[in-house]
Amino acid sequence: MNKQSHSHLKNSELNLGFLVKRSGVLSLIQDEGRYGASELGLTNGGPIDKLAFHWANRLCSNNLGVSAIEVSMGGFAATAQVDTIIAVTGAKMPLSINGQEKSLWRSHHVKAGDLIELGFTNLGLRSYFAVAGGFDITPSFGSSATVCREGIGGLNGTKLAVNDIIPCAKTTATQLIKLSKKDQPKYCNEVLLRIIPSYQQQHFTDIQKKLFFSSEYKVGKSCDRMGYRLEGPKISCDIDGIISEGICHGAVQIPSDGQPIVLMNDRQTIGGYPKIGSVLSIDTGKLGQLAQGGKIRFTAINIEEARELILNDLEIFNQTEVMFCD
Amino acid sequence: MADGLIIEIVGENSLIIYFSEQASAEVTAKIQQAQLLIRKNMNDDIIDLTPSYTSILVTFNLIKTNHQRLVNKLQTLLKNLPIEKETQGSLIELPVYYSAESGPELNVIAKHTNLSIEQIITIHQQQEYRVYAIGFAPGFAYLGEVDERIAMPRLSTPRIKVPKGAVAIADRQTAVYPSASPGGWNIIGQCPVEMFAANSIPTMPVKVGDRVKFKAISKDQFISLSGVLASTYE
Repeated sequence: MNKQSHSHLKNSELNLGFLVKRSGVLSLIQDEGRYGASELGLTNGGPIDKLAFHWANRLCSNNLGVSAIEVSMGGFAATAQVDTIIAVTGAKMPLSINGQEKSLWRSHHVKAGDLIELGFTNLGLRSYFAVAGGFDITPSFGSSATVCREGIGGLNGTKLAVNDIIPCAKTTATQLIKLSKKDQPKYCNEVLLRIIPSYQQQHFTDIQKKLFFSSEYKVGKSCDRMGYRLEGPKISCDIDGIISEGICHGAVQIPSDGQPIVLMNDRQTIGGYPKIGSVLSIDTGKLGQLAQGGKIRFTAINIEEARELILNDLEIFNQTEVMFCD
Repeated sequence: MADGLIIEIVGENSLIIYFSEQASAEVTAKIQQAQLLIRKNMNDDIIDLTPSYTSILVTFNLIKTNHQRLVNKLQTLLKNLPIEKETQGSLIELPVYYSAESGPELNVIAKHTNLSIEQIITIHQQQEYRVYAIGFAPGFAYLGEVDERIAMPRLSTPRIKVPKGAVAIADRQTAVYPSASPGGWNIIGQCPVEMFAANSIPTMPVKVGDRVKFKAISKDQFISLSGVLASTYE
């Protein structure tokens, strides 16, 4: 703390930023994710709802992948220690600054001493709290993404806690921007997951596949950043396991109990359960906004369609114009 | 298609290369060579490589390239994969304090195999293991193959907490748990060496393709090597 006497240092070097007053259920520093370290057994991490995360950064005029806070369920509060601009996107969590209600999906000025509070969500599960310039977190293996299971990333490898200081620079930028209502992603309790049949799909009979693609599943109580375990008709596979192999993001694993698990950002890097295919990342983002009880259906698509859908969504994001506001 | 290679699309920006249906030291050597070649020649397109026993998962930048281009490139690149014999890898010796207090399943394996605890410890040290894969958790190295005389199926109920450094057997695989975690392998001893240190270079004492031998040490040696015995095995 004696560093604070050096007035020429940047705020982030003074370790000023946001002081956590309430940690909420699960609030994590996330950037775009950790890539290139999976041969050491390190998973990707990164924001579950990438679209909302990118919007939060864009509304702060940031590079899209810089560090922000993923707040799951809500209940997070922090005091600004610097003058800056923030934006919150994603799940419908009531946002207030010094007790005054504020809109999501737009940027806001905050001054040193202001209290920013995020209440519990009404719809959706995860919000993204971005700050102008991004939070200033020392990367581990190239990324600030927090993976609690590994004890890697964030401030100290774990979720944010009361009295943590999340460093960031102050900003002199003044322009505030917003995303118009019609362009904001809509959240609901039902999601259709588009899936590329792959991996061990040939080990599921046509009848089993038909069952899988025609059934409704529900999000079970074991759903976290590692995987979403679903409940519904049991799917059987004609093999119990395989030689452990790399698991891609969105892979749908079918263990011997027949209940599908959609593997998410914090999944194990390799594993030996059979997989029926993998869900598009634009859809895992929606899945990750569902809590227990959320309804799921699957539909199969081919790789060309998948590619087109993803590039199209990217194009829409890039073409969407934001509006200046004050 | 390159000899014996199968390349399959698995996700929107990933494909998997299968090198063989069976794991072996030769396949591991091949995978290492392929990994180096891919990194050297295709680094701009690739986001991540996840090697395992018989395969490499290739994750790529969807905006820069597509599956077909990548499959073509990989086929050309890996077509002339030199048919080398298994690479030597480095030989790493890991000390283990084998005992009833650090290896709660020694007894169980003795009952299962009709071997004495001493025999189990000797057999576990005799084998030179190969690092076949790293994954599941940071720094978790899958070592094979365990002598079939001491092969042992996983616990029917996994432990909630396997202590850091636990040396364990599951079927014909053995491993050192790099950190405390849940797990269902049979614990036979404890190793005082750090298997994963995020702030060190290298991060791990072993890499895929290396060879590992275990060497029995006494409790005093274990403690002098900064080993910390687990207080309980839940």
